[in-house]
Amino acid sequence: MTTVQTPTGAEKTMVLNMGPQHPSTHGVLRVLLELDGENVMKADVDIGYLHTGIEKTAEALTYSQAITITDRMDYLAPLSNNLAYCLAVEKLLELEVPKRAQYIRVLLTELTRIGSHLVWLGTHAIDLGAMSVFLYCFREREELLKIFEMVSGQRMMTSYFRIGGLALEPPAGWTERVEDVVRTFPSRFDEYEDLLTKNRIWLARTQGVGMLSAEDAIGLGVSGPSLRGSGVDYDVRKYFPYSSYDEFDFEVPVRSEGDCYARYMCRVAEMRESIKIVKQALGKIPAEGPIKADAPGIVAPQREKMKTEMEALIYHFKIYTEGFAPPAGEVYQRVESPRGELGCFVASDGSPKPYRMRMRTPSFVNLQALQKMVEGHLIADVIASIGTLDIVLGEIDR
Amino acid sequence: MTETPDLEQNPAVAKIRAWRPEAVSGLVFFRGELTVLVPREHLRPLAEFLRGDKQLAFTYLSDVTGMDRFPIEPRFELNYHLLSMSRKDSLRLRVALAGDDPHIETVIPVWPTANWHEREIFDLFGIRFDGHPNLRRMLLPEDWEGYPLRKDYPTEGPR
Repeated sequence: MTTVQTPTGAEKTMVLNMGPQHPSTHGVLRVLLELDGENVMKADVDIGYLHTGIEKTAEALTYSQAITITDRMDYLAPLSNNLAYCLAVEKLLELEVPKRAQYIRVLLTELTRIGSHLVWLGTHAIDLGAMSVFLYCFREREELLKIFEMVSGQRMMTSYFRIGGLALEPPAGWTERVEDVVRTFPSRFDEYEDLLTKNRIWLARTQGVGMLSAEDAIGLGVSGPSLRGSGVDYDVRKYFPYSSYDEFDFEVPVRSEGDCYARYMCRVAEMRESIKIVKQALGKIPAEGPIKADAPGIVAPQREKMKTEMEALIYHFKIYTEGFAPPAGEVYQRVESPRGELGCFVASDGSPKPYRMRMRTPSFVNLQALQKMVEGHLIADVIASIGTLDIVLGEIDR
Repeated sequence: MTETPDLEQNPAVAKIRAWRPEAVSGLVFFRGELTVLVPREHLRPLAEFLRGDKQLAFTYLSDVTGMDRFPIEPRFELNYHLLSMSRKDSLRLRVALAGDDPHIETVIPVWPTANWHEREIFDLFGIRFDGHPNLRRMLLPEDWEGYPLRKDYPTEGPR
């Protein structure tokens, strides 16, 4: 390692301000790098540029209204956020969601996982110089966004999962669109792998870069594919199954190397597993059946009933004016979002508004590992390391 | 309704009781989740014990989060969500802190992940963590006044 000597003989390092508007920081992240030549001596991560006070805002909304702000945290996986929050409130209410809604939830969150991993793959590849992968990934993601638009009316801020079930009955013909995805996507994944998996430049930029040992990863609370790339098989879907995940047959890809390449392989394999789950879900979803729990006073009544039944009209009015009040207590619900363990802590004081809503977001915790991954390595590897952690700044700053 | 199991039979509770009975000031079981109430001075030793015990192996700290019960005293609550990967079990530790001078010993040496969680809680609740190496504002600007997640801080902002 070379150090710059000042005329007085003191060692001199340079501080480089990377971000907050640097394209490879995937949002507004600022990293203060203390450099000795091209070597990173110290990396200090500065976040908070996108802080919008979502947890505080939730305390002023009713339980149903708060669903909409969960979308805005992880904007690449809004349905995973919806799911974590809805499951937490349902746990608080001891509400049983109909199987049909549970399977549709599984199907859509797995499509979300693929969509999110596609954005990750595209942006990570473009950071490291592979332009065309980015264009292919976004082409495929468009198909998924069209499905989300079809079922919920929104491409990104879906708010499709509601407390007790789903917002709407999915439209006719939506399963054909999903079947198209199941049929075409595996060969598209092969195309990305053709471009990258054995590409010598890709291997040189990712193998042995951004090393994270299993011990460090667990200590730092890393989760999701970033943890599984270090040889730990922790996946919430397997460890604490929710929304009927225990009825699905799928593998959790694990690699032991702990470098950027291992995490890349994990995520690509995970997309293939997600397709497997989507396929099974398509077979499981009954053609007909309720999509909302039977819980008067919590789940809004059907429109037709409001025209004929007095109680339905009263419940409708009460739900949309004052909301519903779960019993006092606290619950913590974890789900496996595309980025890792997404935890939702909801505390109720018996009023119609959450007393406290806390989101344990995986990006926030995973980003802590960056310092460990880059210190002592080259500055070019900082970009690969930020990319491989798959961070979403909206979720970090909340 | 989930049946309330015999909480004393829980391996974590039994082990803690045998190790240091005064480290548990109460147990709460709600919706299938077990919460151990811990007096402030016992949190750090208890954390070390739960992480180090070969059988319990709470090696993973999922989350640390604060809560403000204003105007009830003790006003603040800290919730530590622990996870044991080998036993597929989770546990919540809860510490109550008085409002006049909320501070507690850091658990960073036990679980390094607590670093950012504690900083965030300091930033938004104003709870200090003794021994934290870098207790600065995190999400808010460094010259921000007040602690937004406290209940006496208006949702619309300070002005």
